[in-house]
Amino acid sequence: MNRFLEVSVVLFLASIPFWLGNLYYLHILITTGIFIIAAMSLNLLLGYTGQLSLGHVAFFGIGSYTSALVSLGFDLELTESYTFVFEPKPVWFAFLCGIVLAAISGWLIGRISFKVRGAYFVIVSISFAEVVRLVSLNWIDLTEGPMALNNIQPFTFAIPGLWELTFFKKEPNYWLVLGLCVVCFVIIRRLVQSRAGRAMIALRENEPLATSIGVDVTKYLVLATILSAGMAGAAGGLYTHYVRIVDPDIFLFIYTVTMVIMVVTGGKGTLAGPVVGGLIFGILPEVLRAFASPEVQWIIYGILMILIVYFLPEGIVPAVTQWWQRRARGPEGSMSQGSAPGAAS
Amino acid sequence: MPAKTIQQEALTVDSLEVHFGGLLAINSMTFDVRAGEVLGLIGPNGAGKTTAFNAITGYIRPSSGHIAYRGASLAGLSPNEVADLGVVRTFQKTSVFGGQSAFDNVLMGLHRRQTRKALHIIFGLPSVAAEEREMRDTAREVLDFVGLGPRADELGSALPYGEQRLLEVAVALAARPSLLLLDEPVSGMNPSETASFMQIMGEIRKLGITVLLVEHDMKMVMGVSDRVVVLNNGSIIADGSPGEIQKNPDVIRAYLGERYKKKAQMRSTARVGAKGKKRAQG
Ligand SMILES: Nc1ncnc2c1ncn2[C@@H]1O[C@H](COP(=O)(O)OP(=O)(O)O)[C@@H](O)[C@H]1O
Ligand SMILES: [Mg+2]
Repeated sequence: MNRFLEVSVVLFLASIPFWLGNLYYLHILITTGIFIIAAMSLNLLLGYTGQLSLGHVAFFGIGSYTSALVSLGFDLELTESYTFVFEPKPVWFAFLCGIVLAAISGWLIGRISFKVRGAYFVIVSISFAEVVRLVSLNWIDLTEGPMALNNIQPFTFAIPGLWELTFFKKEPNYWLVLGLCVVCFVIIRRLVQSRAGRAMIALRENEPLATSIGVDVTKYLVLATILSAGMAGAAGGLYTHYVRIVDPDIFLFIYTVTMVIMVVTGGKGTLAGPVVGGLIFGILPEVLRAFASPEVQWIIYGILMILIVYFLPEGIVPAVTQWWQRRARGPEGSMSQGSAPGAAS
Repeated sequence: MPAKTIQQEALTVDSLEVHFGGLLAINSMTFDVRAGEVLGLIGPNGAGKTTAFNAITGYIRPSSGHIAYRGASLAGLSPNEVADLGVVRTFQKTSVFGGQSAFDNVLMGLHRRQTRKALHIIFGLPSVAAEEREMRDTAREVLDFVGLGPRADELGSALPYGEQRLLEVAVALAARPSLLLLDEPVSGMNPSETASFMQIMGEIRKLGITVLLVEHDMKMVMGVSDRVVVLNNGSIIADGSPGEIQKNPDVIRAYLGERYKKKAQMRSTARVGAKGKKRAQG
């Protein structure tokens, strides 16, 4: 039954391009979907292990730049006489490289900062994002710096000589984003409902107790960072081949903040939280844009977030589930288990 | 009951010393826990019992001395590595996963019994689902074992205090210890909860689990222990059967002070325990 419901939801989402009839709306859904993937990846760290990655956009940007560079090819003048030439590679391969490199950076960050957690992780992740941004800005030979990498190829799937599909249009990009959303969602769900995810939650809730029953702290924190970074890298790769241009602004702090807002308002540590938060804060700016200047938009954003955090401190999804459970359990709960309502608080 | 067949050492602590800055919390502590026994570790507040637990299970590094379990040194191991050798402890201050249901608490405790790796999980192999089903059954059994079956869906933090203490033991048992270190498991329990916990202790012993028990409730310690070790000011001052310990003048002095020595010696051994408890809690 549940499975049936899930498949129906995905099929419904997949049908949107057929009846939406407005390419601009579809564009909003694509960028929102990309942000949802990034928010889901952040939630794996922030929500389940409790570590705040305030440089999360670095992984997104590394995925973007790697995927763009591998698909475009590049040459580096290493010495006077020797130039390293990297031939352009197929987009799918470039995309995978982006994921792998982002995941490796995640591993690196995890290794150095998880010996000392909490605030140190926040600082290390912020600094890392800033360093990567400066590299993208100044290593002009490789990244073109502020001139941006242009003419990035769209996604292409090909069986050589037989068949080729290039994703110039919005519809296939939408389906690609939807597909990756589903894959990331399923992976995260499998993880958090398993031994590995429980270990992460155990660390978040009570680290001394978790270690006393044999949970290897560093191992699970690093695993979470690797997966989280890899998913953010995948979102970055999708973004690059969709908008087909990438510049150092992709590393702006505001994107990390947006992801954090999505996770926190939606409900951190819940599966649906980043999806709900991502939908709200992905679509809202576009709605507001129609009738509010950018400054006013930011103010509305801010007020909305303060309201949500103030009235629903755990986020929208936990608030709704608790309300739903209380309602469902209402009449019989009072007879059989007297203390049951207290459990929800 | 199997007291006579117990000979082999499981845990050996040899000349252990722990300093906190200038404070010598444990001073050349030597004792061992034999396989299959319940060993009581008692001593006044601040004697260093919890510190000894922390040193054995890798939460603090001893200044010197050796700790070995089944012949393997525990030096330098982190707490989770100690747990992997089968040595699992509980905490003096109540410690559960407060935001999780009692059932999920025990599931988390089962971590060590599960073998599926991250990649198996990500690819959703059927073996993962099979193991998960098995673990859910095991978690029910463990909860029932400590009598928390009916409370499975309650949040850890929403349980009454005595039940949280039981849940802690359930979580530790879930980790499948061969040596279980209990730090004042019945402190805060009412007398009937304590009585039923003593029965659970009997069940734990039947599972073949060796127990090192720190407890202030003397009736409980003397009732369940095969042997008792007494710690005072960081040093072991006595080691023997519960009966011997209750008559030991050094122990009486440590607990009651010199002034009461004569008075106490005249009284029956069981009463000594009761006074010790009063003093410890007061
Ligand atoms: N982390 C610590 N830092 C400094 N002193 C400590 C620490 N832990 C324990 N102590 C001191 O070590 C001594 C032994 O404490 P503890 O092991 O908790 O005793 P017990 O469990 O026997 O009541 C006490 O004097 C206590 O104040
Ligand atoms: Mg103590």
